[in-house]
Amino acid sequence: MIDRASLYDMKIEDLQPLEEAGVVEKEKIRIRGLNVWFSKKQVLQDLNFGIMNNSITAIMGPSGCGKTTFIRALNRMNDLIDTCRTKGEVLLDGVNIYGNGVDVFELRKRVGMVFQKPNPFPKSIFENVAFGLRVHNMANGQRLKEEVEQALREAVLWDEVKDRLNESALRLSGGQQQRLCIARALAVKPEVILFDEPCSALDPTATAKVEDLIRRLGENYTVVIVTHNMQQAARVSDMTAFLYLGKLVEYGSTRDIFTNPRNELTEKYITGRFG
Amino acid sequence: MSMFPHTFLFGKIKPKRARKSLIGDSVFKNLTAIFALSVLVLALAIFYELYSRSQLSINEFGLDFLTGVEWDPVDQIFGALPFIYGTVTSSIIALIIAVPISLGIATYLSELAPKRLRSPLSFMVELLAAVPSVVYGLWGLFVMVPWIRDVLQPFLESTLGFLPFFQGPKFGIGMLSGGVILAIMIIPTISAVSREVMLAVPDTQREAAFALGATRWETIKTAVLRYAATGIFGAIMLGLGRALGETMAVIMVIGNRPQISLSFFEPAYTMSGVIASEYIEATQDLYLSSLIEIGLLLFIVTLMMNIIARLLVWRTMRKFRGAKE
Repeated sequence: MIDRASLYDMKIEDLQPLEEAGVVEKEKIRIRGLNVWFSKKQVLQDLNFGIMNNSITAIMGPSGCGKTTFIRALNRMNDLIDTCRTKGEVLLDGVNIYGNGVDVFELRKRVGMVFQKPNPFPKSIFENVAFGLRVHNMANGQRLKEEVEQALREAVLWDEVKDRLNESALRLSGGQQQRLCIARALAVKPEVILFDEPCSALDPTATAKVEDLIRRLGENYTVVIVTHNMQQAARVSDMTAFLYLGKLVEYGSTRDIFTNPRNELTEKYITGRFG
Repeated sequence: MSMFPHTFLFGKIKPKRARKSLIGDSVFKNLTAIFALSVLVLALAIFYELYSRSQLSINEFGLDFLTGVEWDPVDQIFGALPFIYGTVTSSIIALIIAVPISLGIATYLSELAPKRLRSPLSFMVELLAAVPSVVYGLWGLFVMVPWIRDVLQPFLESTLGFLPFFQGPKFGIGMLSGGVILAIMIIPTISAVSREVMLAVPDTQREAAFALGATRWETIKTAVLRYAATGIFGAIMLGLGRALGETMAVIMVIGNRPQISLSFFEPAYTMSGVIASEYIEATQDLYLSSLIEIGLLLFIVTLMMNIIARLLVWRTMRKFRGAKE
């Protein structure tokens, strides 16, 4: 198979036949000419790259470079901000999520998200995981219980909470809460999971557990993780994109980016000379 | 002499300064403690005074005062039940009307209204809470009561007339008008406080629901209302407190007849109402003492309401916030 990263300048139309023939890796998301403004300030400038299917892509860069804005463009969470304006395309399986007639609620079901700070609802552990299933009418009764259990198992939380499913989720520790939020996102069977600095509020032990989990999820899901922690990007991701001042500076396999950066800025950043 | 002249120099000043600020601290602490305690003393003093001055009627009627339905100053027979009934029922009617409307207002103002409209609308709502109650009463008497008589009561009779609450003569003035005017008066309180509470819900909660593909309504229901539930409950209790104690506006529209009737169209009388309108003619000792005992009951009812509300809030807090907080 040809390394997809080396083809990132190619047009998607030209690549699709190659994908289908199994010559290059399949792309889950393609970002084409993505620009985002908050009021008059341009936060993202003409981003063009692709995110591989069932892989982990880290978005890295100093504070204020637009990482979070970028990841929130992938499930249209930026829509919630009145002053935000988006131009360009984000193709999910070849369909522009900013196109006409896209059901944004369905989109967010397919593209799940986990946030910086664990944000469980003030409900029981069970109800937290069941929320999305209920919202999308995906299961009820015994099925619901099974789905919740499966999601909790997938998030490696089941053994810790199986005897206290009716307790408030807020009684869990920070790390457990974050894994609960991951289980909550997994429950609706997303295809893509976005992580917005998922460990920034966690201690090192909890961080290690969540990182393990993310690595495991990368086998079955397309994972995009925003982090300002370079070690984390190096530890968990297959691909890394380096953003600086709203522009994509460099994109490639994580190994290449960290051992052999092509761009001077990237090199400066990973060697700690700025950021 | 010390090796370090500055320690020698400042050594003498330091303890003095420290002592001075310590004295200031303790004076300040004790003074504020006295202020805080004075509230408690005041409440106890009011309770004691009400209790001691109602001795005459307590000795005369005992517990029958609570269950007595007769209120006859000429024959010196006094029972408080019609007033308790009037106060509690009119307040419940007020809550039934006001809570859904207030939550709607608060939800719109905190979640749905365009940014430009939020501040002016919220300001208007808070302004309504500042209108003197006698003004509400005047408006109620001349505008609302005729409307209730000509429109609302015939409508309720024709739709819900099979219930005993909506039968009987249509005066306009009566329990229904009392409840409606109270509802109008507590809507600003409940909606303003609920709005504050809902604004305090962290955005991360809303994002969590939206990111799972929830619609705006599902997000408000799960992330906002659920999170803010205890605070909203407190807002409702605040409104209830105001409804229980409200005097002037209710006197003007409720009819002031001490009776217990299932029909909301019939006149009624409230505890605060009877105190305010009859204390001046209560020349006999037993009459006055009975009015004061009603005051004592109102005090106790309000206190109980608040205690129950606190307990409920505390219980839900413990259930959902975990043991840590």
